Amino acid sequence: MSESVAELNPNGAATQPLGAYSRPKGGGGWRDWVTTVDHKKIGILYGATALFFFVVGGFEALLIRLQLATPNGTVVGADLYNQIYTMHGITMVFMVIMPLAAAFANYLLPLQIGARDVAFPRFNALSFWIFLAGGLFLNFSWLVGDAPDGGWFAYSPNTGVTFSPGHGMDFYAIGLQIVGIASLISAMNLIITVLNMRAPGMTLFKMPVFTWMILVVQFLLLFAVPVITVALFLLVFDRNFGSHFFNPEMGADPLLWQHLFWIFGHPEVYILILPSFGIVSEVIPTFSRKPIFGYEFMVFSGIAIGFMGWGVWAHHMFVSGIGPISVGAFTLSTMFIAVPTGVKILNWMATMWGGKLRFNSAMLFATGVVSMFTVGGLSGVTHALSPVDTQQTDTYYIVAHFHYVIFGGALLGFFAGFYFWWPKVFGHKLGETLGKWNFWTMLVGFNLAFGPMHILGLNGMSRRIDTYSPGFGFDFWNLFATIGVFVVTLGVMFFVINVILSARRARGLPPEPPDPWDARSLEWFSPNPTPVHNFDEVIEVSSLDEFWHRKWTTDEDGRVVRKATAAEVCQAGDAEGVHLPSPSYWPVVLAAGLPLIGLGLLYNLWICVPGTLLVLVSTYAWVFEPPDDPDGPFGHGHDEGDDGSHDEDVPGDGSPAGQEAGSVE
Amino acid sequence: MSTEAAATNTDHEHPTDAKYVQIAILLAVITAAEVSTYFVDIGPVLIPALMVMMVVKFFYVAAWFMHLRFDSVLFTRFFVTGLILATAVYCIVLTVFEFWTGG
Amino acid sequence: MSSEAHAVHDTTTGISNNKLLMWAFLGSECLLFGGLISAYLVNRSRFHTGPAPGDIFDIPFTSVSSFVLLMSSLTMVLALSAIQRGDVRNNRIWLLATALLGSLFIGGQVYEFTTFLREGLGYTTSPFSSAFFTLTGFHGVHVSVGIVMLMSLVISSYRGTLTKKNSETVEIVGLYWHFVDVVWIFIFTVIYLVPSPTS
Repeated sequence: MSESVAELNPNGAATQPLGAYSRPKGGGGWRDWVTTVDHKKIGILYGATALFFFVVGGFEALLIRLQLATPNGTVVGADLYNQIYTMHGITMVFMVIMPLAAAFANYLLPLQIGARDVAFPRFNALSFWIFLAGGLFLNFSWLVGDAPDGGWFAYSPNTGVTFSPGHGMDFYAIGLQIVGIASLISAMNLIITVLNMRAPGMTLFKMPVFTWMILVVQFLLLFAVPVITVALFLLVFDRNFGSHFFNPEMGADPLLWQHLFWIFGHPEVYILILPSFGIVSEVIPTFSRKPIFGYEFMVFSGIAIGFMGWGVWAHHMFVSGIGPISVGAFTLSTMFIAVPTGVKILNWMATMWGGKLRFNSAMLFATGVVSMFTVGGLSGVTHALSPVDTQQTDTYYIVAHFHYVIFGGALLGFFAGFYFWWPKVFGHKLGETLGKWNFWTMLVGFNLAFGPMHILGLNGMSRRIDTYSPGFGFDFWNLFATIGVFVVTLGVMFFVINVILSARRARGLPPEPPDPWDARSLEWFSPNPTPVHNFDEVIEVSSLDEFWHRKWTTDEDGRVVRKATAAEVCQAGDAEGVHLPSPSYWPVVLAAGLPLIGLGLLYNLWICVPGTLLVLVSTYAWVFEPPDDPDGPFGHGHDEGDDGSHDEDVPGDGSPAGQEAGSVE
Repeated sequence: MSTEAAATNTDHEHPTDAKYVQIAILLAVITAAEVSTYFVDIGPVLIPALMVMMVVKFFYVAAWFMHLRFDSVLFTRFFVTGLILATAVYCIVLTVFEFWTGG
Repeated sequence: MSSEAHAVHDTTTGISNNKLLMWAFLGSECLLFGGLISAYLVNRSRFHTGPAPGDIFDIPFTSVSSFVLLMSSLTMVLALSAIQRGDVRNNRIWLLATALLGSLFIGGQVYEFTTFLREGLGYTTSPFSSAFFTLTGFHGVHVSVGIVMLMSLVISSYRGTLTKKNSETVEIVGLYWHFVDVVWIFIFTVIYLVPSPTS
């Protein structure tokens, strides 16, 4: 450790001639992945990591359901149960759904706006590695036998040292803090990418709905992450430095935590769901062979959801004693937010209406989102009514509701995205037969598992209890739900088998020809899988669904007729000398420092020293890094079709921005 | 410093150094007025007066020193969105805590 | 080619990515400081058995350090103005002056904290004290990070790599610096000048 640190001494960097830090040359294999700044590789890394954590979180779900399958369950003890359900929630929210959205956003957003990369490629790599560091840090708590056990929303004062004396809630607070940094960096990066990197002619209202929804999500993250940052800081200070923000004994009001958490937490709900809405809005028009119905309404309802999502947080706190006026006001605002969501559901159905529907796996998953999210949305409206909510709070009814929204809404949408964009990413389609098995087992299993929870909740079963006595009428439906979860597991296994078999089948075969689905947006201009430089030449955009309009036109009778084949429209992907950002070591090194700082705060402040050094050294090294490696595989050729996607990073967040300019010389 | 000569070479839309110094003097005067409320009792107008002076100072630094007056409106939008959102959300929180009524 | 044109030659909006990044970050920071200020305001009358804010604040002293920080915004903007003219020497002087004024402010804060500590207001004394030290501490850390950035610019300037061509870097650091200043304008009024509860 000390040797490598000495090697990277920042003072040495300051005096050495620039270029002393040559960029990594790639060299193939794992090095390519670790140092990559390519948005497509980073997208794949996000996706693979999220699927790994999906298996972890799914395993936790199985344990929960096994414990609750029968009354007086003895699979795990109460203490372990608390840790399992807490980590299940944290994992699924922060390490599965959010990074899956990041995976799709990273891979597709630059392609959909016709760019060669994001605005800040190194920051993009940094946010992935920080996310991974945070995820590993959180799960490291299992290894020390001290996982968080206060629920994902971690209400005070239950999370104070008095009631949570172990390190569990510290892992929670610091782990989420690290993951939050990743989200914030990625949010700024993608916002600027959308604003500044669009292909010529691509106005904001010619962008695909997916890109729009991702943009709204990034704005939500930009403004919501700092709020949870404050809350987590206060929690860390309370637990580790003896402050009294949430300590009622000293006269403080623990309700402050609930406010701060849910001011973040409710926008977070839309952060989870809107990417999936975006995916569905791409899949349904393609397989209905119709443009999206009411594009402007889709976009504006997304923006409206984003704005209104800031004014409804206290509906999570109806029983916290916030007073009748607050409860009344937040009841009203919560009911209003159902309107833009309803607009989306209606528009998807109107898109399908009269369309030439093709129900392949991607489309099935998309329609699954429309139907299952409607169920979740309706149960959501029922607890917008505060008197009803008073009955439902902290029961399995709520558990049913948010699983219908997050599993039925968000996760099924990502599966639709997998089936839709798999050929774009990997050059071959996923098998249709197994895909349909995948869909139907997941859909049926999901309804078996979470449908009965509505009944359980209304019958009074509390969430988070580790077991229950027989004779309350809970036995049958709990067993039912457990069976459902195993059916879901079967569905996920179909997916995994499908991925493996499809890859094996495609081995040795030429990649999927361009445009396998007769699609509509810019990413399909490039061949499958996407070449490293994305586009041979910059696309001039003149309409929404540009790709579609290059292939099809309408004749005098209003019939849709083909004017060009996909092969004619698509690019060959063989351009040479395209200027691309060079890879870098520093994102991964910087990210590695953060969990060390976290562990230092928990165990021994000395561990913070190497962590801080790693962060400082890599920040300066980052800044001194030459913007491009002239010897790189795509070094300075003619800047053909330069769309500004080359490296222009200046570290904004607390790092010495000044040095970057120096290094340009 | 040679403030008057500044205009020759800089971006035409940016103000001169003399203008910056004028703004700073204005800010200093407002600060003096703010601090004077600590020594002189001005009665019930105290808090409104402090708030107005604070907003004016805030505005001048953002508009002139941060160049929002001259720069792209996009920057202002980012900043103002954050400001309005923060003000709205946290004012609601303070209301729920009955802060204004002395809770 | 002017520095402006160099920085923005190929973005959709014609705006520099880097500047937009800083503004997005500052928009985000509004929510961070808003949260900390709210946490202070709800706790300011909860001083338990410790000193109350109205008893302990030293308004004349804080006024001076606030004034120092305010004037550092002037020197910052003069530094930018200098580098935009291509005046490297004056740029360096004003950057140093800004860093110096910032350090003076931090020194004042350290003095204030130690005085409070001596008067019985520790970090763990009461919800009020925790919230006060956390809020002003966060602001102090922001100022310190700003000083590090300013000094990095100064070093860069001595190495001859900070010229008119990259005046945008000075501008971006300046944006951060002014933001930290406007946050203090808010804190100074709302936390110090608005009468606080006394015991």
